[in-house]
Amino acid sequence: MTDIAPNTTNGVNVEALLGAREALTEAPEAAQFVWRAACEWKNGTHTESRVERFFGLGEEQRHQREFRYDTDHPEIFAAEDNGSTPVEMVLVGLAGCLTAGIASVAENRGIKLNSVTATLEADMDLQGILGIDSDVRNGFSNIRVNYQIDADASEEDIAALVAQSQKRSAVFDILTNPTNVHVRVNQ
Amino acid sequence: MSLLAYPSRAAGAIDVLVIGAGHAGLAMSYFLSRARVDHVVLERGEVANSWRRERWDSLRLLTPNWQTRLPGKAYAGDDPDGFMAIPELVDTLDNYAAEIAAPVQTQTDVLEVRPADQGYRVVTNRGTWQARSVVLATGACNRPCVPKLAADLPEAITQLTPFDYRSPADVPKGGVLIVGASATGLQLARELLEAGRDVTLAAGEHVRMPRRYRGKDIFHWLTETGLHDERYDQIDDLSRGRRLPSPQLVGADDLPILDLNHIRRRGGRITGRLMGVRDTAFQFSGSLNNVCALADLKMQRLLKLIDETADASGAPAGEAFPPTLVDEAAALTLDYRQQNIRSVIWATGFRPNYDWLDVPVLDRKGQLKHDGGVVAAPGLYALGLPLLRRRKSSFIYGIEDDARDLSEHLINYLNTMRRESDGFYRDHSGRRRYRRSA
Repeated sequence: MTDIAPNTTNGVNVEALLGAREALTEAPEAAQFVWRAACEWKNGTHTESRVERFFGLGEEQRHQREFRYDTDHPEIFAAEDNGSTPVEMVLVGLAGCLTAGIASVAENRGIKLNSVTATLEADMDLQGILGIDSDVRNGFSNIRVNYQIDADASEEDIAALVAQSQKRSAVFDILTNPTNVHVRVNQ
Repeated sequence: MSLLAYPSRAAGAIDVLVIGAGHAGLAMSYFLSRARVDHVVLERGEVANSWRRERWDSLRLLTPNWQTRLPGKAYAGDDPDGFMAIPELVDTLDNYAAEIAAPVQTQTDVLEVRPADQGYRVVTNRGTWQARSVVLATGACNRPCVPKLAADLPEAITQLTPFDYRSPADVPKGGVLIVGASATGLQLARELLEAGRDVTLAAGEHVRMPRRYRGKDIFHWLTETGLHDERYDQIDDLSRGRRLPSPQLVGADDLPILDLNHIRRRGGRITGRLMGVRDTAFQFSGSLNNVCALADLKMQRLLKLIDETADASGAPAGEAFPPTLVDEAAALTLDYRQQNIRSVIWATGFRPNYDWLDVPVLDRKGQLKHDGGVVAAPGLYALGLPLLRRRKSSFIYGIEDDARDLSEHLINYLNTMRRESDGFYRDHSGRRRYRRSA
């Protein structure tokens, strides 16, 4: 699924994606994926996480190489600022997911993208995580994503790309809908 | 009742059994009778049974009367632009069954259909048939779809489906959460708001559509543009097309458009799709903005397509419909105790029921595998399902073309079988012919 067909508009191999869709409709068990990350505490609020292996298409898979990510907090939190905050990583995930979706949908619709940029902002009231006010949630109260897209398409078609990408986005779903989270210790 | 004129026939060998005497089964019977094909229509209750028993009081057809036609029968009433209430539709179907002398056997429950002896063995509560061919015309709305999370609701909350709902009096006092923003969800939300109820409407993906546009009913344009004649084998994503919720329409033209904006203006609260129930709170999706944006974009695309046809016909200028207003702070959770929400109505769609069908033709989601109504088993056909052969297949007026196509396929199938046995067969006009020597 990693070959890039030479005759694509935006470098997305839609044929392969559509082929995968068809194949996985026939074999739903192969569609069962498990994504993984491993993390280790360094010092203070600094943590290093690594991503390499995952499970899918019925067997263990791995990335071309291991990817490492530092998360920490900025100096105003009395931390060393060795990396972005974990909540910023969530925005990175959302941006990566929506933008990949826009490129894929554009490819499928034969729309040539000239440039796609986005800025993301999320509001957070620190009274939540600091335990000051129990009515304030810990997480984001709002996320705003602003896309600037230059493409060979009408304004409506560009809006439709962005809407369709949200509809099919995993991270958008993860952020907008509840998920059961199980955290276990020393098991 | 006029149907009693048709003597009941003892179960036995027969060419074709049609299961279900709704508009689809009767339309098939019309074409089979015209070609003199030996057949019986089995009906678990009376003609138009689902319409008689499984619909709410205020419901009217979404299509205008001029379009409510059946093979060989146009609307003949004095209100072509009106919308038929259900009792009138039931009468129409009853009269139609009599006019075309449909061989309907009422009060006949089909208990099992299974392959046997070059055809199907059909077991009913009134005997067992052996049919060469079977037409499934039992409809697309046999059971309400209720999501799994319904099991997480506390007993204190009354749960209703559209099968349980007749009028606002059936809904317990207090607030009501309507789940689903199709024609059903919007119609019930409007009716309950008008009855003074506190209504919350949870909206997932939906189809927004005005009742009238550029001086004509929307169905005029859906037909004129050729959109409703689009065939199933020309549609990019057929399975998505078949799953599409019904458009947000109501059989009345007192509103230019029945949409989420209207529900909101009338005091209804709009939330995202219902995703879960935790402790005493409903949890809603944060995707409301996007599902509304999608519905607005799709409606504008439809109106633009209509404009091309409307401009050519010199229709008056197009109305503008403002975008769907979404509350920036739409509720993500609602505590049903604090909000006094006492009932939930699942307006989450319907599905067919094939419990009695013992033929391996269902996919893993329980959907019938068919190619435009030709089911993946010889001699088995389906009729009256959404987008079966055309976009209009979901509507009563759409049945004629589908029934004609499938009856021709079926007659060819029977003739092939016969040529292979005794050599005699009937052509499309019903004339008995002998096979040409090979």
